[in-house]
Amino acid sequence: MSTLTGLLARPGRTRTLAGFALAAVLLFAVAPVVLSDFRLNLLAKFLCFAMVAVGIGLAWGRGGMLTLGQGVFFGLGAYIMAMHLKLADAGPGGVPDFMLLYGTGEVPGWWEPLRSAPVAILAIVLVPCALAAVLGFAVFTRRVRGAYFAILSQALAAAFAILLIGQQQVTGGTNGLNGFRSFFGYDLADPINKRMLFFIAAGVLLLMVALVRQLMVSRFGELLVAVRDQENRVRFLGYDPAVIKVVAYVVAAGMAAIGGALFVPIVGIISPADVGVVPSIGFLVGVAIGGRATLLGPVLGAIAVSWAQTSLSESFPSGWIYFQGALFIIVVAFLPGGLASLVGKLRRAPREPAAPKPGTAPPSAASPSATSPTGPTTTTAPDAPATSPVTATTGGHDD
Amino acid sequence: MTDPTPTTAAPVTGPDRAVPDAINPDAVGLGLEGDGIDLSSAEAVLGGDAERFRHDYLEVRGLHVEFDGFVAVDDVDLTVVQGDLRFLIGPNGAGKTTIVDAITGLAKASGSVQFGGTELLGRKVHKVARAGVGRTFQTASVFEELTVLQNLDIAAGAGRGPWELLRRRGGVPENVEAAMETIGLTHLRDVQAGILAHGQKQWLEIGMLLVQDARLLLLDEPVAGMSHAEREQTGLLLQRIGEQRTVVVVEHDMEFLRAFASSVTVLHMGSVLSEGTYAEVQADPRVQEVYLGTAGASRGARRTRPRAGAATSPATTSPAKPAPTTAPTTEA
Repeated sequence: MSTLTGLLARPGRTRTLAGFALAAVLLFAVAPVVLSDFRLNLLAKFLCFAMVAVGIGLAWGRGGMLTLGQGVFFGLGAYIMAMHLKLADAGPGGVPDFMLLYGTGEVPGWWEPLRSAPVAILAIVLVPCALAAVLGFAVFTRRVRGAYFAILSQALAAAFAILLIGQQQVTGGTNGLNGFRSFFGYDLADPINKRMLFFIAAGVLLLMVALVRQLMVSRFGELLVAVRDQENRVRFLGYDPAVIKVVAYVVAAGMAAIGGALFVPIVGIISPADVGVVPSIGFLVGVAIGGRATLLGPVLGAIAVSWAQTSLSESFPSGWIYFQGALFIIVVAFLPGGLASLVGKLRRAPREPAAPKPGTAPPSAASPSATSPTGPTTTTAPDAPATSPVTATTGGHDD
Repeated sequence: MTDPTPTTAAPVTGPDRAVPDAINPDAVGLGLEGDGIDLSSAEAVLGGDAERFRHDYLEVRGLHVEFDGFVAVDDVDLTVVQGDLRFLIGPNGAGKTTIVDAITGLAKASGSVQFGGTELLGRKVHKVARAGVGRTFQTASVFEELTVLQNLDIAAGAGRGPWELLRRRGGVPENVEAAMETIGLTHLRDVQAGILAHGQKQWLEIGMLLVQDARLLLLDEPVAGMSHAEREQTGLLLQRIGEQRTVVVVEHDMEFLRAFASSVTVLHMGSVLSEGTYAEVQADPRVQEVYLGTAGASRGARRTRPRAGAATSPATTSPAKPAPTTAPTTEA
């Protein structure tokens, strides 16, 4: 009863819950039925990218930190997971196959703790977060911002990839780590387990979206926007902006790391090509196209861009990169708020004679807030679990 | 050493309740239809406890600021006690804003800046703010993408713990509500600050200082670009705040200065030229020479005019009022 009255009292919350419910239905009920195992596994991979995107949306869209190096955190999470899977495949005391080929045939000391599953899971989250915290404090207290921060983070991604390539005997070099047979005891060749991985990824992504939503609507979220726009002014109010930025940066790093960790069993390989400069920029493109300052823009943008990449690469293998570049330029030049800002514009002018979709947005729902849980209605990928119907179904009763 | 107890005529010794009654809130409206500053609400956000500020005083000693060899502020001494409404004036480049920057930790400085016995120099900006120092800027700097309410809520929240920060704002804190009433922006609480009128942005900044509970308020040209009515209201509010707290205002506007300053420090070329009440400063021949002469120039007079001419004609022609420690505009 109390929850029901609470829901009625807070229409925004009703809509949010409805949005989450719809997303859950799409991901857990519709997608597994509609999609083949192969496509479902692809979608699982895109969900991993979307996890990185959610974090970037917070750090860049709300915090103004243009993180061109999320590949580092994605890669750290992925490699830690891959190391654990390799060790688990090798059995107790065993040596991963590639080490026998390239290395001394002995497991290095710093690999050993990752034999334990709990240690590996903790390390997946804690190592990247700790690195982000140290890096963030070093950088933000020195007031490195804007393009300088972007260049710094990108250089880090480049250095990380080079380091991985150079240490072939312990990291697998350019080949990366691959050929995993099991995932915490579950056979990765079994389609049922692949499906389970999709569900895990979907659940984790929903949790992350919920977490970032809470951060965005909280006082912290308001403060983060304040820091983004007027860092000095925040300082004169008695806050240390570095702390606020570090928190957002660490959250983004942790999400990228978890995305990377789930990427490994889903895709079956992690290599320097997945974590360097180019993939780091790739993470950003989806966020920019979707709408960096919104909650769902980055998620849907990342999924849509990855989906488009896969489908277009199937038909025009060399054309995708040009298409992606062109899309990025168009969005940055003509739609800085991303596709999500289109939704806002449509909703703000519902009574205009030229309003294309009169039914989707009730006039009273015209809210200037960018956090409203609506994604781009017209994303390029029709298969993306767009939550736009939420407005159509619940919007009419709210407000 | 300076006596920390107030020496000005501000009525802190009497019962505090009597203070707001001295100013008739109805006289403040000045045709803005309740849109303007509401002094009666100021009481709620300022609080009646003047005792809390009794030992506050700003003491600047030997302040020296240098930018790449250029001496912007040289050996400035400045003492402002609680209950004072001090105006810093001086020609462009005199070092007014630089002094504010040095006090708030923005500009690197040597010497000593103490507030309430705490040394401020060498502290980081946000630590200075935590010590009770608040400031505004020449160009009103509010968080343009956030609403009026969000701006004030952030200003009020420097002491919040992590859990409070991670939760959504439940209601409107009392002091934020009172500050919104005071600066007349209650009906615009959900409006993005970026689309406020210029004067409203400046009021919002003052409101942010109020909810920040700054004990030392440094205002950099708070009435620049305001209409006459808005200036009056702002001046009365600053006077009200000044009765209780330590307020330093950097201002160019001589009329505003004459109406509201309880004391004036004149700066010239990075040093203190003169200090005292408006009348005293006005009578100081050095001030007439370097400052009022210059101000006269900006009003159409020739700067090369000899000092004999300046001595009898200060910046404006209307007769100067005595040092205005009471609200001089209520008679208007």
